[in-house]
Amino acid sequence: MNTLLLLAPIVVPAAASGAYLVLGWRRSTAHLGTASAALIFVVGVMLAVRTVRDGGFDALSGWLSGDPLAGFLLMVIGAVAVVACAASRGYLAGERADGHGDGPGERRYAVLVQAFLAAMACAVVAGNLGLIWVAIEATTTVTAFLVGHKRSRAAVEAAWKYVVICSVGIALALLGIVILYAAARHAGLSEASALDFDALAGHARRLDPAATRMAIALIVLGFGAKAGLAPLHSWLPDAHSQAPAPVSALMSGVLLSVSFSVILRTKQVADAALGAGFVRALLLIAALATLTVAALLLIGQRDFKRMLAYSSMEHMGLMALGAAAGTPLALSAVLLHIAGHGLGKAVAFCSSGQILHAEHTSRIEDVTGLAARAPVLAGTFGAAVLVLLGFPPFSLFASEVGIARAGFAAGLGWPTAAAFALMLVAFAAIGAHTLRMLAGPDPLHGSAPGSGAALRAQAPLISALLVVAVIGVAAWPLAHLLSAAAPVSIPWSTR
Amino acid sequence: MSGAASVQVLDFACGVFLLAGVGALWRRALSAVIGLLAVQGAALAVVAAALGADEHHPELYAVAAGVGVLRAGVLPGLARRALAASGEDRESEPLVNVASSLLVAAALVLLAYAVAQPLARLEGSQGSRALPVGLASVLIGLFMLVARRKALSQVAGFLLLDNGITAVAFLAAAGVPLLVEIGVSFDLLLVVLVLRVLTVRMQSAFGTTDLDDLRELHD
Repeated sequence: MNTLLLLAPIVVPAAASGAYLVLGWRRSTAHLGTASAALIFVVGVMLAVRTVRDGGFDALSGWLSGDPLAGFLLMVIGAVAVVACAASRGYLAGERADGHGDGPGERRYAVLVQAFLAAMACAVVAGNLGLIWVAIEATTTVTAFLVGHKRSRAAVEAAWKYVVICSVGIALALLGIVILYAAARHAGLSEASALDFDALAGHARRLDPAATRMAIALIVLGFGAKAGLAPLHSWLPDAHSQAPAPVSALMSGVLLSVSFSVILRTKQVADAALGAGFVRALLLIAALATLTVAALLLIGQRDFKRMLAYSSMEHMGLMALGAAAGTPLALSAVLLHIAGHGLGKAVAFCSSGQILHAEHTSRIEDVTGLAARAPVLAGTFGAAVLVLLGFPPFSLFASEVGIARAGFAAGLGWPTAAAFALMLVAFAAIGAHTLRMLAGPDPLHGSAPGSGAALRAQAPLISALLVVAVIGVAAWPLAHLLSAAAPVSIPWSTR
Repeated sequence: MSGAASVQVLDFACGVFLLAGVGALWRRALSAVIGLLAVQGAALAVVAAALGADEHHPELYAVAAGVGVLRAGVLPGLARRALAASGEDRESEPLVNVASSLLVAAALVLLAYAVAQPLARLEGSQGSRALPVGLASVLIGLFMLVARRKALSQVAGFLLLDNGITAVAFLAAAGVPLLVEIGVSFDLLLVVLVLRVLTVRMQSAFGTTDLDDLRELHD
């Protein structure tokens, strides 16, 4: 049963991917992807319930491992993937209507999206740092052709930068993993346990500090590249703006957080081996650099998909700040932020794709008066932006307050104040850009053809927004899980 | 193989590995760079085999064979076919000229020796003395990635980087667990295949594989 819980979220989307390869994308198979995503969510819930009650467990001789954090992340992956897969139908239909889509292209899209889900789920339930690396790198290769799906010049350029920068970044993480492995073997760990987070944290005091410091810095830098943290972030706005909207939703909503969760787990080992100061300093630098880049580039932004991409960087920077604080409150808030940002960003990207189809432009200044032309679509997009800006009742309000409180309580007053000042700049920029798109004069006077987006297409997006509001108001379904899943480091001094 | 002989073979292979890395920076013809990559891959396989003989690890022979096939055969072969398809053989104008590149390479090798000190102290085995060689290849690969402008040069830089990491893994810890090694190799193969397809698309969309011409996306 335990092994099945950990294997199912990998095997089911992989099988769905195979089914799409054989059957292709058609009316009868369109719901298969959504069903496999829903199953990932259900397995996530089961894993979370089981591990919160009985504690974590290993399977397949330690290659897979389940704990509350894995269950929580599977739930987020599943929820965001349900939204993205449900929106894929509308996206592909729109492509076809515009004369871009064809059968082989749609088949490849469906195959790769499911393979992407399988790789992410594998990264979450893997119990071995080496296997996690393999899965995260697999997400890069699988999504490369999704980023380049449109085959335009811009899409090819984005795909090239994405693959090269992410592969190099993640290769640096591999170097770090190799060095950590050597240090662990030197400290007497067996071949099987030398890349296991629990074993590493348990034997952390025996690891050679100089080698471990080098290894941890490389791992944080490398997985930080995949998580959109500076300095290796430059692929992100290109890739997220060129990928099909539902794929952007998955990449921004969950892939960034899945990579970030590896940093959270690594931090536990590093804090036990080196004390809390080392990773905290790395994360603070990355957080403030990322927030600065995002805030500055948001001010003059002209493309609404790039705007959402920089907003993702802003939120990843905030999560890095929370991780630097490292208290139980901070880490619970970071996890809540992962969930709220994942769903909010998924809705924002999916509706931005619908705007792109309706208006045939991704420039902010060319989309004015959307609220008058397509009220439902404008409402969804506007509400998603409100989620991302951290308005109550949505859960990002609660998690941002939590991270701020934890930051000040952990003695990081100045960095936290600086980070929230940068958040304010980003807030003003995103708010102004969105207002320009939704309000403003309507140049076309009345509804444009095809922009009366059917309420049915909006249903998954609106339900996702409701979920974010519910977990923002009443954290009861999650509060217990969040505190169990938070990867808190054991204080160095008490060991 | 006796202990002393395997150590000599190991040292020789590490020397070839380093020279091939520096040489890749020296040559501007991409076909020569790919040839040097194949030499480096073969040297890496010999390193693995010599370590297997030295530490009596028979399974390292199988790993050595796999590494040799992938890094001396398959990957350079893929790069060569991509080169034939693109029809451009020379690195046009590298941002840093060849003479300066070699000076940079020398500096990077020294840096690698300095950086590797804490790792070399870690283990007293035969391999760890040669560990800076792997780090030097990592640094040279990174330099090639930022200083060269052809798409295929970036692929070559990436392969140098990855050869270096594998060398570090062998020299510091006699290789990572087999399943991880297989996964890493598979990912590497996929990355090179993806980059190859993207090079073809770049050629047809932009008419060149010069990365300076990628200017569609900016803020």
